[in-house]
Amino acid sequence: MKIHEYQAKSVLARFGVPVPRGEVAFSAVEAGKAVRRLGSSVVVVKAQIHAGGRGKGGGVRLARSADEAEQMARQMIGMTLVTHQTGPEGRKVGRVLIEEGLQIDRELYLSVLIDRAAACPVVIASAAGGMDIEEVAAKEPHKILKEYVDRGTGIVPFQARKLAFGMGLDGGPAQKLVKLLEAVYRAFIETDASLIEINPLILTKGGDLLALDAKVSFDDNALYRHPDLRDLRDLAEEDPLEVEASKFSLNYIRLDGNIGCMVNGAGLAMATMDIIKLAGGEPANFLDVGGGASAEQIRNAFKILMSDKNVRAVLINIFGGILRCDVLAQGVIAAVRELGVPVPIVIRMEGTNVEEGKRMLKESGLNFTTADSMGEAAQKVVALAGGR
Amino acid sequence: MAVLLDKNTRLIVQGLTGREGTFHAKQAAAYGTTVVGGVTPGKGGTTHEGWPVFNSVDDAVHETGANASVIFVPPPYAADAIMEAADAGIPLAVCITEGIPVVDMLKAMTFMEGTSTRLVGPNCPGVISAGKAKAGIIPGHICREGRVGIVSKSGTLTYEAIHQLTRLGMGQTTCIGIGGDPLIGTTFIDALRLFAADPDTDAVIMIGEIGGAAEEEAAEFITREFKKPVVGFIAGQTAPPGRRMGHAGAIIAGGKGTAAEKMAALMQAGVHVVKSPAEMGAKMREVLGP
Repeated sequence: MKIHEYQAKSVLARFGVPVPRGEVAFSAVEAGKAVRRLGSSVVVVKAQIHAGGRGKGGGVRLARSADEAEQMARQMIGMTLVTHQTGPEGRKVGRVLIEEGLQIDRELYLSVLIDRAAACPVVIASAAGGMDIEEVAAKEPHKILKEYVDRGTGIVPFQARKLAFGMGLDGGPAQKLVKLLEAVYRAFIETDASLIEINPLILTKGGDLLALDAKVSFDDNALYRHPDLRDLRDLAEEDPLEVEASKFSLNYIRLDGNIGCMVNGAGLAMATMDIIKLAGGEPANFLDVGGGASAEQIRNAFKILMSDKNVRAVLINIFGGILRCDVLAQGVIAAVRELGVPVPIVIRMEGTNVEEGKRMLKESGLNFTTADSMGEAAQKVVALAGGR
Repeated sequence: MAVLLDKNTRLIVQGLTGREGTFHAKQAAAYGTTVVGGVTPGKGGTTHEGWPVFNSVDDAVHETGANASVIFVPPPYAADAIMEAADAGIPLAVCITEGIPVVDMLKAMTFMEGTSTRLVGPNCPGVISAGKAKAGIIPGHICREGRVGIVSKSGTLTYEAIHQLTRLGMGQTTCIGIGGDPLIGTTFIDALRLFAADPDTDAVIMIGEIGGAAEEEAAEFITREFKKPVVGFIAGQTAPPGRRMGHAGAIIAGGKGTAAEKMAALMQAGVHVVKSPAEMGAKMREVLGP
């Protein structure tokens, strides 16, 4: 689960990570009031969306008075911000962060995440902050510093010092980094974060270290034990159909094509998208109905699929291991009768009780196209969708 | 022969008395697996569906001589169950549970270091040795005894591969679902090592998916020392970056972990990579000859 920058900063601050003074505002008037409360001669107005690259799109601006900040907030709130991470459709801005302006001496980079191969947390740091870290890694890999964290001991001070010196910090700032990193690591473990990224981490002219920007995301599987963090979810940042699907524990991701897919299992669902593309079509979605889908789940899945107006044909690809094909057929027939699905449906099912399932589809009198293999199913659905 | 499971397997089910545990214990027994009991803390001393239930894995191992465990315990308690199995010294623990927090798995993996337990999973369909035994949820009736090993990150795509092989008259030695989580016990390389040492496995189907670098590491291993033919497929060739495709680990992050990179690495290693998931069986037929 992703959260906004201002939320990320408040989570980090709770663990003792220094962040600039600031307030979130949902309206221009609130923004003006926030500036007056901050009492800072220069403030930064930052659009809050779940995507990076906001500065270039006009989503981060400097204001020298409360009136100016209020005016900027008025322009930003409600506008659609397009950055390289939002895609061409952009994101609507619903709130802004008003923050004190700071005298920046240097911009650094710091993040914590899980390294899969080493099966432990890793801290990544760089003196080249404020830039896209993937670009730095690609062009100047020697500027990327890494410390793998022992799962038992957590981050140890000498590791933090190594990173500090490696980034060119010394004296007071190096000591401050040791404290700051200890706090960031504790936040990472205690909130079940999957990523904490501070970019830039700034060194002020006064010698202080602060998280000027912060990106935090949490492990969805652990949210059950963090009700306070779960409340930070902003549904406006997510696709409405995906939000709807998540209510029914359906794993749905909307894509740009016109062939709706309904599959059991994440791997098979991805493979089904792949084979549609190979056959010359474009998948409209990823949809995993799960291993033990009931008739009710199938019905909900159909509803979600058909809410996407681009869908011209549907491919159902089910490998019934535990899920029996006759139960699936029953669910599909009931859903189609009830919802009156107006597009062609190709069904490929395999596994337990497949003959019985096929017979039921045939005898339903509904216009299903069946296929015996994934390859055949893909060819048929692409043809029916008006593709190749 | 087969790997991990055979006729000498004595299986216990952690979470036996739950719905999933009960159902799959019966399925395993029906397939011919020697299921010797179950563990549900607080229900020790009772019997369930004819099997003795124990309070701890330790008790179960002492009383039944169990040498493998399959874990059907809900996510908040699953890491604990894995650690308990390792503490009891059970050689094989197969964890089916999906949705275990990463921090919990970090603890479990730290705990397991230096123990003699091999973990398969979590978030996987388990293991089946065709015609011999199974621990997990892979349907037995699609399998057939033969000479191909399967290792896969995905459940239903494993069934697809088994089905294609069986349909074309080729059978399987052992099928290992390693799971699609970011942190897992048995890796592609571990599974390939097992197949390398198994005289009855002639070739392997390896099914990967986007995210992480496990496929690239396996490719290096294959180049270095794996001599048997491998047919490979990578799911997610059309997946958009930055989106988690169902499995917790299936995500293209920062331009890394794409299917294209993985397919290229495997091809470089001499793996017979198929673009279409419908061609895994046919490619194996071609590789092994009629």
